[in-house]
Amino acid sequence: MNLVLKIWRQSGPSDSGRMVKYHVKDVSPDMSFLEMLDVLNERLILEGDDPVAFDHDCREGICGMCGMVINGVAHGEQVATTTCQLHMRHFEDGATITIEPWRAAPFPVVKDLVVDRSAFDRIIQAGGFVSVPAGSAPDAHSIPVRKEDADSAFDAATCIGCGACVAACPNGSASLFTAAKITHLSLLPQGQPERLSRAKAMVEQMDAEGFGGCTNTGECTAVCPKGIPLDTIAQMNSDYLKAAK
Amino acid sequence: MTATIERGAATEPVASAAPPPRKVRFLTSSNGKKVVMAVTGAVMVLFLVGHMVGNLKIFIGKDSFNEYAHALRTLLEPIAPYRTLLTLVEIVLVVSVGLHIWAAVSLSRQARRARPVKYVARKKSQASGYTTHIMRWGGVTIALFVVWHLLDLTFGVVNPKGTNSLPADRMIAGFDPSRWWVTIIYVVAVVMVGLHLRHGIWSMFQTVGRGTARLRPVAALVSAVLVIGFLAPPLAITFGVVK
Ligand code: HEM
Ligand code: SF4
Ligand code: FES
Repeated sequence: MNLVLKIWRQSGPSDSGRMVKYHVKDVSPDMSFLEMLDVLNERLILEGDDPVAFDHDCREGICGMCGMVINGVAHGEQVATTTCQLHMRHFEDGATITIEPWRAAPFPVVKDLVVDRSAFDRIIQAGGFVSVPAGSAPDAHSIPVRKEDADSAFDAATCIGCGACVAACPNGSASLFTAAKITHLSLLPQGQPERLSRAKAMVEQMDAEGFGGCTNTGECTAVCPKGIPLDTIAQMNSDYLKAAK
Repeated sequence: MTATIERGAATEPVASAAPPPRKVRFLTSSNGKKVVMAVTGAVMVLFLVGHMVGNLKIFIGKDSFNEYAHALRTLLEPIAPYRTLLTLVEIVLVVSVGLHIWAAVSLSRQARRARPVKYVARKKSQASGYTTHIMRWGGVTIALFVVWHLLDLTFGVVNPKGTNSLPADRMIAGFDPSRWWVTIIYVVAVVMVGLHLRHGIWSMFQTVGRGTARLRPVAALVSAVLVIGFLAPPLAITFGVVK
C-alpha cells in the first residue's frame, strides 16, 4: 500500500507547530498503525530528519499510551480499538491519512503527537485509590460481591487512561475517565469507606485541571477503546451529589 | 563497568506542571452547575406540561379557554389577592430561566477554554452528534422565541387584538391564516424545544445520577407529546379548524 500522511509536527511545547505531508510506500496491510509510523520514522532517521514522536509502550491495547487522532477520530474509526491495535488493512491503498495529537488544554503537546497526560495522574492522586492496605487478593468467597456489581466494576476497571474520551469530547471533558475510576472502586466493598470523599475530590480535581463539563454527548464512549459506558458518569454524578449534601 | 551514555533530554521539559490550586465548591464545579441546569430544566418541563394541557382547552371552546385563563388568576381567592399563584409561578419561572442560562453560558465558556485548538481533519461525530449545537444554539433560539411569545400572547403588544382582549381572541387572531408567518415561527420554535428536550430530559436524569440508556426513548416520547400538544392549537387555527 502507498499512503499520504499529513502529520502534526511540533518540535516542542513552545513551537507553534504545523501539518507536514509525507509519502509512505510499500506498507503491508498486516502492519499495525504504529508499525507503519515506524517505517516512516526509519526513513526519516536515514535521511537525517527528525522522526515523528509518538507515545507507545505495550502495543497490545493495554497500556493506554498510544493515543492519536486519525482522520478526525480518536484512535481511528475502528471501534473499540487502540491505535496500536489498528491495522493498515482498514485503510485504502492511496489514502490520505491525517494524524493529530489529542487536543485539550489540560493535555499540552510535548512534541509532535505526544501529549502530557499528567492531569489524569493528578485526578487519580486526588482519590482514585483505596487507603487501607488491602493485602493480596482475598479468597473469592470471603467477601461476597453481587455478580452484577462485580461485572460492572470490572468493566469500569478496564479503562486504560488513554485520554481518547477527552480528545473526542467537544467540551474537553474528562468525565468518562474520572467516572470509570470512581465507578470501579465505588461498586466494590473495599471502596466503600472513601466512596463519597473520593467522588468529591476526583470531580473537583477534574475541574481544577481545566477540563470541561459533561453534556452527555456520548462522543467519549463511542471512541473509548474499552467501551466504558455512559452509565458510569451517572454513577459518578450520583456519588458526587451525595457527597455535596 | 558500566558505560554512561550522555544524552540530552529527548524533548524540552513541559512548562506546565500541576495547575495552580483553585478552590472548587459545589456551585463552582461543573457538576454543580449541571445540577442547577437539571433542576431548573425540570421546573420548566413541568410548567410546559401544564401550559400545553391548558392550551388544548381551545379545542373544547373559547369559553372553556377563557375560563381557564381567568381561573389561573383567581385561584386561591379570597385567601390571597388576585393573581397571587400566577405571580408566584412567574417568579419561579423567571428565576429558573435565569439560572439555566447562567449555568449554560458558564459551562459553555469552560468547555471553550478546555478545547482551544480545533482538529484539522473535520471531526466526525461518533455519537448522536447534534447535542452540542442543539443544546446551545437551540437554547438561544428558544430564549428569543420566549420574548416574542410573551409580547404576542401575554402582553398583546404585537398581537392584532392588542392588550385589552380576551385570551382566546388573542390566540385565534394571532394565528389567523393571514398571519401564517407567525405560525411558522411557532412551529420552528416548538420543534427546537422538542429537540432540546429530547436530549435534555435524558441528560437531566443522567446529571442527578439516575440516567440509563433505557430512559432515552422515554425522553424522546415526552418531547414528541409536548411538540404535538403545543403545535395542535396554532395549526388548527391557521387551517381554520378552530375559529
Ligand atoms: C432559555 C434558553 C435556554 C438555553 C440557553 C438552554 C441551554 C441549555 C444547555 C446548554 C443545556 C445543557 C446541555 C446538555 O447537558 O447537554 C440545557 C439543558 C437542559 N435544558 Fe435548556 N436551555 C434553554 C431553555 C430551556 C427550556 C425552556 C427548557 C424546558 C422547557 C429547558 C430544559 C432543559 C433540560 C431539562 C436540560 C437538561 C439538564 C441537564 O442536562 O442536566 N431548557 N439547556
Ligand atoms: S474511559 Fe476509555 S477513552 Fe477514556 S481514558 Fe479510559 S479507556 Fe481511554
Ligand atoms: S501502545 Fe499500549 S495501548 Fe497502544
